[in-house]
Amino acid sequence: MFAYYFDLALRSFRRNKALTTLMVLAIALGIGASMTTLTIFHVLSGDPIPQKSDRLFYPQLDPATMNGYTAGEEPDFQMTRYDAEELLRQKRARRQAMMTGGAVGVEPTRSGLDPFYVDARYTSADFFPMFDTPFLFGGGWSGAEDQRHDRVVVIAKELNDKVFGGANSVGRTLRLSGADFRVVGVLQPWRPAPKFFDVNSNRFGEAEQAYLPFSTSRDLKLDRNGSMNCWDAGDRPDDPEGETGLNAPCSWIQYWVELESPDQQDEYLQYLTNYSDQQRANGRFERPTNVRLRNVMEWLDFNDVVPGDVRMQVWLAFGFLLVCVLNTVGLLLAKFLRRSTEIGVRRALGASRRAIFAQCLVEAGTVGLAGGILGLGLAQLGLWGMRQQPTGMADLLHLDLAMLATTFLIAVVASVLAGLIPAWQACQVAPAMQLKSQ
Amino acid sequence: MELRPILSTLRRHKTAAALIVLEIALSCAIICNAMFLIVNRLERMDRPTGMADQELVRVLITGIGTDDNAAAQTRSDLAVLRALPGVKSASVTNQVAFDGSSWNSSVNLTQDQTHQTLSASVYLGDAQLPETMGLELVAGRTFTADELLEWSVVNAPGYEGSVPTVIITRDMAGKLWPGQDPLGKMLYSWGEGGSRVVGVVDRLARPNEQGGPTAYYYSMILPIEPDYTVGGRYLLRVDPARRAEVLKAAVAALQRNGPQRIVLEQDSFSDMRAEYYRQDRAMSWMLVIVSVLLLVVTALGIVGLASFWVAQRTKQIGVRRALGATRGQILRYFQTENFLLATVGIVVGMLLAYGLNQLMMERAELPRLPAIYLPVGALVLWLLGQGSVLGPARRAAAVPPAVATRSV
Repeated sequence: MFAYYFDLALRSFRRNKALTTLMVLAIALGIGASMTTLTIFHVLSGDPIPQKSDRLFYPQLDPATMNGYTAGEEPDFQMTRYDAEELLRQKRARRQAMMTGGAVGVEPTRSGLDPFYVDARYTSADFFPMFDTPFLFGGGWSGAEDQRHDRVVVIAKELNDKVFGGANSVGRTLRLSGADFRVVGVLQPWRPAPKFFDVNSNRFGEAEQAYLPFSTSRDLKLDRNGSMNCWDAGDRPDDPEGETGLNAPCSWIQYWVELESPDQQDEYLQYLTNYSDQQRANGRFERPTNVRLRNVMEWLDFNDVVPGDVRMQVWLAFGFLLVCVLNTVGLLLAKFLRRSTEIGVRRALGASRRAIFAQCLVEAGTVGLAGGILGLGLAQLGLWGMRQQPTGMADLLHLDLAMLATTFLIAVVASVLAGLIPAWQACQVAPAMQLKSQ
Repeated sequence: MELRPILSTLRRHKTAAALIVLEIALSCAIICNAMFLIVNRLERMDRPTGMADQELVRVLITGIGTDDNAAAQTRSDLAVLRALPGVKSASVTNQVAFDGSSWNSSVNLTQDQTHQTLSASVYLGDAQLPETMGLELVAGRTFTADELLEWSVVNAPGYEGSVPTVIITRDMAGKLWPGQDPLGKMLYSWGEGGSRVVGVVDRLARPNEQGGPTAYYYSMILPIEPDYTVGGRYLLRVDPARRAEVLKAAVAALQRNGPQRIVLEQDSFSDMRAEYYRQDRAMSWMLVIVSVLLLVVTALGIVGLASFWVAQRTKQIGVRRALGATRGQILRYFQTENFLLATVGIVVGMLLAYGLNQLMMERAELPRLPAIYLPVGALVLWLLGQGSVLGPARRAAAVPPAVATRSV
């Protein structure tokens, strides 16, 4: 029966090509626009580390002075160097790492290659196992290297290809910002999107290309990147390291912990509270204890990682799809009612209302399917267009299987919904009336 | 024109009439808001920086490892840059609009204030900086040589000196001392003690959107010369026609002058501006395209349904023509019908438009939709409706009276 209705639908399309094309095009445009924007949204709001995003937490403390204090405000969004090093030393989570963005000058030994700058990350040993970074050669470093301020470095494959021609460079020497470093590991291409562990800048850009111990980076006074918030600028102690000194009243460190299970969140939060209380008792903290512990997705959500424009585009596209669907309802209505006579004859020959209803819905669904296929093409075109934009996220924008399935679901559901009213009206046709006017 | 027959016809085609009304209403709501968003973006992209945008180029250079002689090297670099042909003026500054990096500081009116009066962006630069940037000095003066400090001195551990003077923008002066003359007043931001306002510039945009639209011109210049190792950017004011050429010459000159260094960025300021607003431009185009498609789809929907109605009523039209109705009357019948539907759609659409705007005000922090967009949106949809219905209405008017006599 379904095949027969499908055949009837195709015949009906052939009879009125212009109207059919119009309906299919309208659905396709709506679907194309919706899927393009929805895919972008889907990519940008994705989980960058799904296997453990509920066990990775970002602790926040409130170390500033009472100046500018307003009760109920969020605590500082980064940590001071002192607190980060202290929490790291106390090691109360399964894994923990402090980190900051930076930049190092690479002086390749290979001839014909000029020095160049790459983004770097100064961090501590647990960074690699905590974030499951995939290694091509070698591995990370251990806490011992952190403590000895060793000059070791983990580099990205891209940098390894450029400087060492892609060879296994573990154990070889790489000159960075005037100091010799020993390569201990080479990462496989690794692209967490968004770059959740540091939301300061370029949230959907490439990950850094060189990773080295934080302690070493301070010895060498390497350039740091990212945001820094200082208070009490006038009371800066006589620290030769200035704002990046251990006791500087500045927050600029990102700190992450991995717990055994999400259930330990309360326990760790209690530990942070105790730590904060203790700092207050020591007179280091002035503000009332105000701590936070967010997991990866909560942290991304709190930082509005998905740009507002992207959300607005999704709404706009779905508004457009709604108009396209309304348009299809109107056109299908016109189409079915124009066939009132034919429907009257079928009813008189014994077709039930149900049969007429089913036939009309199959026709509407076929329009949806055709619109969906064409819309998929338009979405691919739209995404291709977005990829041509020189943004960091361009190469992330692809239609995945889930989105593909969603496209067809939306297309068919939209057109069947669009077909409901017209089909209902069509099956209300009284056979006698239509036959009389013949 | 008698409205009653039209209304009674529409009553018998409730579903189709409701569909047209709904489609027009949705289009009207979306288009009013889309137009508003587009104008908003255009205004944003049009904001002046207060600088001579068309005459500026910027070079960001950095060393490898540390340079203990950075201040002297920076002075030498500037001397080389100022001597280049085509360069009107050259300065070093810590930040510049559209550049990504920004320095910000709280500004207070008294020494022991616990809550800041405002947060301003901090430009560090030499006495030439206002001239290099092309700022319009509306009151006071620029820095004198004896006021200038070196970054490496100010930033040294234990430094307890003050930053004696500051140049601020007119917006910032208005916020700090409304209705008063800001010259000679003290503000408290950097260093020990306060800084005296010696100059006021018309405008100077901050590097990014920190603080929102009202704070866009909250900027101040401090008489501190940064060096190239702390993110010092060389800013050159050049002949607009020779920007590319001078930029190339400047980069080459810097690489020849002093130790081996790496050029991180080299751009004309207008390219930086274009890059900064790329997302806004893309969004505006997307809004334009969707609005146009929306109008096209709505128009085609009206054409489709109107054609169906004309076909369905062919006999009725024939009878009216046979009874003496003119072609014009038939034409106007369909036009009036469309006008009525469009009007209802527009009224509903305006309510929807306000609802949508309310939602965006809450979610996207947009201002309220100015009333002017509503009549404009209404006009667009009325014209669209009349344009779309014209074809089918003409076909209706062309129905010969003889149709009435057939198959009755």
